[in-house]
Amino acid sequence: MNAIILSAVWGIVMMYSGIFLKQQSTLKYIAIAGTLVLIIANWLEFAGILYIPIDTKGLSSNSTFGLLFNTIALVSTLVYFLLSGSDIEKVNHNTAEYFALIFFILSGVAIISAFQSLLMLFIGIEIISIPLYILAGSDKRNLKSNEASLKYFLMGAFSTGLMLMGIAFLYGATGTFSIAGLNAGLGEPTVLMSLGIVLLMVAMSFKASAAPFHFWTPDVYDGSPTVFTSFMATIVKSAVFIAFFRLFDGAFGKFHPQWQLMVAIITALTLIIGNITAVFQQSVKRMLSYSSIAQAGFMMLSLFALNNTAKEGLLLYVSAYSIATIGIFAILVKMKDYTFEGFNGLAKQEPLIALALTIFLLSLAGIPLTAGFFSKYFLLAAAIKTKTMFWLIIVAVVCAAISITYYFRIIQAVYFKESDEPVILPVSNNFKVMLLITAGMILLIGIKPSLLLSLLSL
Amino acid sequence: MLAAFDNFPALLIWFPLIGGLVAFFIKDEHKVKSWALIASFLTMLLMCVSMVFSGNSYYQLNSVSYIWLPEMGSSFALMLDGMGRLLCLLTAISFPLIFIATNNKKLDNANMFYGLMLLTQCGLMGVFLAMDALVFYFFWELALIPVYFLASKWGGEKRMQAAFKFFIYTFAGSLFLLIGILYIYLKMPEPSFSLVAFYKANLTLADQQWLFWLFFVAFAIKMPIFPFHTWQPDAYEQSSTPVTMVLSGIMVKMGVLALIRWLIPIFPDVIKQFSPIVIGLSVVGMLYASFIAIAQDDIKRLVAYSSIAHIGLMCAAIFALNQTGVQGVMIQMFNHGINIIGMWIVVFLVEKQTGIRKISQLSGLALQAPVLAIMFVVIAFANIALPLTNAFIGEFLMFRGLYEYNVWFAAAAGLSIILSAVYTLNLVKNVFYGVPNDITKTFKDINFSESIVLTVIVAIILITGIYPTPLLGMVESSTNMIFNQFVGK
Repeated sequence: MNAIILSAVWGIVMMYSGIFLKQQSTLKYIAIAGTLVLIIANWLEFAGILYIPIDTKGLSSNSTFGLLFNTIALVSTLVYFLLSGSDIEKVNHNTAEYFALIFFILSGVAIISAFQSLLMLFIGIEIISIPLYILAGSDKRNLKSNEASLKYFLMGAFSTGLMLMGIAFLYGATGTFSIAGLNAGLGEPTVLMSLGIVLLMVAMSFKASAAPFHFWTPDVYDGSPTVFTSFMATIVKSAVFIAFFRLFDGAFGKFHPQWQLMVAIITALTLIIGNITAVFQQSVKRMLSYSSIAQAGFMMLSLFALNNTAKEGLLLYVSAYSIATIGIFAILVKMKDYTFEGFNGLAKQEPLIALALTIFLLSLAGIPLTAGFFSKYFLLAAAIKTKTMFWLIIVAVVCAAISITYYFRIIQAVYFKESDEPVILPVSNNFKVMLLITAGMILLIGIKPSLLLSLLSL
Repeated sequence: MLAAFDNFPALLIWFPLIGGLVAFFIKDEHKVKSWALIASFLTMLLMCVSMVFSGNSYYQLNSVSYIWLPEMGSSFALMLDGMGRLLCLLTAISFPLIFIATNNKKLDNANMFYGLMLLTQCGLMGVFLAMDALVFYFFWELALIPVYFLASKWGGEKRMQAAFKFFIYTFAGSLFLLIGILYIYLKMPEPSFSLVAFYKANLTLADQQWLFWLFFVAFAIKMPIFPFHTWQPDAYEQSSTPVTMVLSGIMVKMGVLALIRWLIPIFPDVIKQFSPIVIGLSVVGMLYASFIAIAQDDIKRLVAYSSIAHIGLMCAAIFALNQTGVQGVMIQMFNHGINIIGMWIVVFLVEKQTGIRKISQLSGLALQAPVLAIMFVVIAFANIALPLTNAFIGEFLMFRGLYEYNVWFAAAAGLSIILSAVYTLNLVKNVFYGVPNDITKTFKDINFSESIVLTVIVAIILITGIYPTPLLGMVESSTNMIFNQFVGK
């Protein structure tokens, strides 16, 4: 609860500091300080210490699962600020506003990791979405950025409409907005209720960019300024998945057998479309947006399985995926050319960056010793545990094998091809150290996933 | 994890790991070569010491289990059993030999090359030692990563595609293996990844029937068995020769070991049912590869195809499911490694001086380099499995095992011996005999360090060929264990 309030307050602080501070670069440090404060507040809440007690009247409550995800999202944001903070300053003049918007998004993230009512879910999703529309269009003079913003806005509004309609149907069927109330309803779902569930699933799939509702993703991710794509594709996407999982686990867990097949089909489509389209991309940024769809497919497996292993797996997955993707985007921002050829010979020029990049890519591909392996491992185990629809698991591993193709294309360019000109803009030593620390985190979780998961049983 | 250093399995992983990591930081080409040599020698020395302490009374020194992921029922369990010891010995001997033989060649980014080579050694050791399915899977994949980099960075023009094909094949295979492992793991009443628990998993017949293929495909790709072999000739041809030596000499043994340790005992009820199919595939692959080998003009491709034939025989003999055959396979794993590394070293030496691998363009090397010629003829005889060479005893046992299983399979597989004589002797005749031509006129005989390496290999070939008892004794316990416990019941 404290994180919600604090991040909203900090967003306002950021806005005002933009007026009073002459030095743009100080803003980054204020933002980093804010994230640290949020992490501490969240951690205290984990330990049961609430210094701003509020009665939410059952609209939201914090579970270990939600709090742990919140911590993961905040730590990822910290990593994001540390790696890409100085690139936010380069997008346009309104640096303070960008930081403020990001803090507002974090407030939304905290809401949807704690919602107990469909209304809160809706508010949280909207608080996340609206600042994102602005961030997507923040590169005002770039036509692609404008296109991204508009497309994102239209699609977002459309899916929000669907979501509201779904919520209305559910209210009509059960007379309640609360998750507990929805779950307490007995027996078979009525027609009205089924309609509501289906509409909510479609709306959430839109937000999570699961196929066949993914069409906006590549254009939006590609058109937005790269720093913000990084944030959108990682922390926001993870938060949406957590909400997706909490909603369907908490409210409709009872009807799991009824909607499981639908989720399975969405999962398979997302995996296949995401992976196969990613293979044919020429731009790394666009490839990463398709890879984010492909990874979303893997995360969908948690909804398919809906058991404890899936819960653990989803948390591990979002952290592994977010951290690795933030790292890759942070490097991508510094590249002169966003095509695959643009990475040629990076290893010769910047061996440490190349090493970190390789670890991130191996993690996304799910190679052992990286966090990506255990996250895939847990979700596969969860899916196998259900003992139904084995074809989906086969689709998942075949797609995981396909994903090697595009991730390794970068590795091939980095290590085995040459380039005469420098391919990367000058980078500071701090940046390299940060990258290596981030890569170290990936390896650490990859060797000992229980470091993260043991927190769940606190 | 791995905090203690009081046992051989952990040390066998630590030595090459540290050696490899240090090698990355030695920028000077000569220094890193010496360092790699020292590191691999130390590993070999350690292995030799461990041979002394191999008896039952030293169990504590040869088996270890560290806490790793207790909540998932996985521990970092390693053990040196008979088969593992033999393959670790092969790994420990091969690396110094490879390093010495290829020492004179100039190399770009030598620190990366030797670092990755030693990391590969670490991964291979891990695969041979792992007694826990998750640890096994970890090392199975980890051995692949450095090899992928080695094969794509150094080698022929099309190396990147070849290495990538190799990677995709094996990675896809191992994902199927992962599903299989997970399925068995989740089936157990008390989930555990330990090998012992896997042996006791008590799977139903229906489960075994499809799980068998998930495991088999992963291992068959690695070996490779027909029809999963298509990555192999390209990868062998395009990689630089030291890497090819590792791939063909040691890495394929990962698949063979996995069949014996991780497949047969886990699915005891279905192996009888599927063995005709597997043996059929292996025999078809042997003949097919032998015929193609005869038609090859590139020495590297010839050796690559001959390797498919030899591995095919091993797979067939395993699935003959009798003690004779499996015993033959175990010692042949060691012998094949030594022989094929010998073959590659000769190929390497010829290519280093002439720059040519085409059989049709080479001739008369024996007149120019008699020492090399003598060594090569011995290695070639071992490749054909002539009596008194090491491969004879292994192949004899394997054929006997196969004969016990089915005469017709044995007869068809036997054809490959004749075919192997055809292409190997053809190679000897065309490359080493005849009159030197323009290319080979200036060929010089091998130098001291190269002749030492070849002498060691020839010595191993002859000694184990004449007196194979120690090798047989070493693997006897492993064979007995598998047959008494699983196949016999």
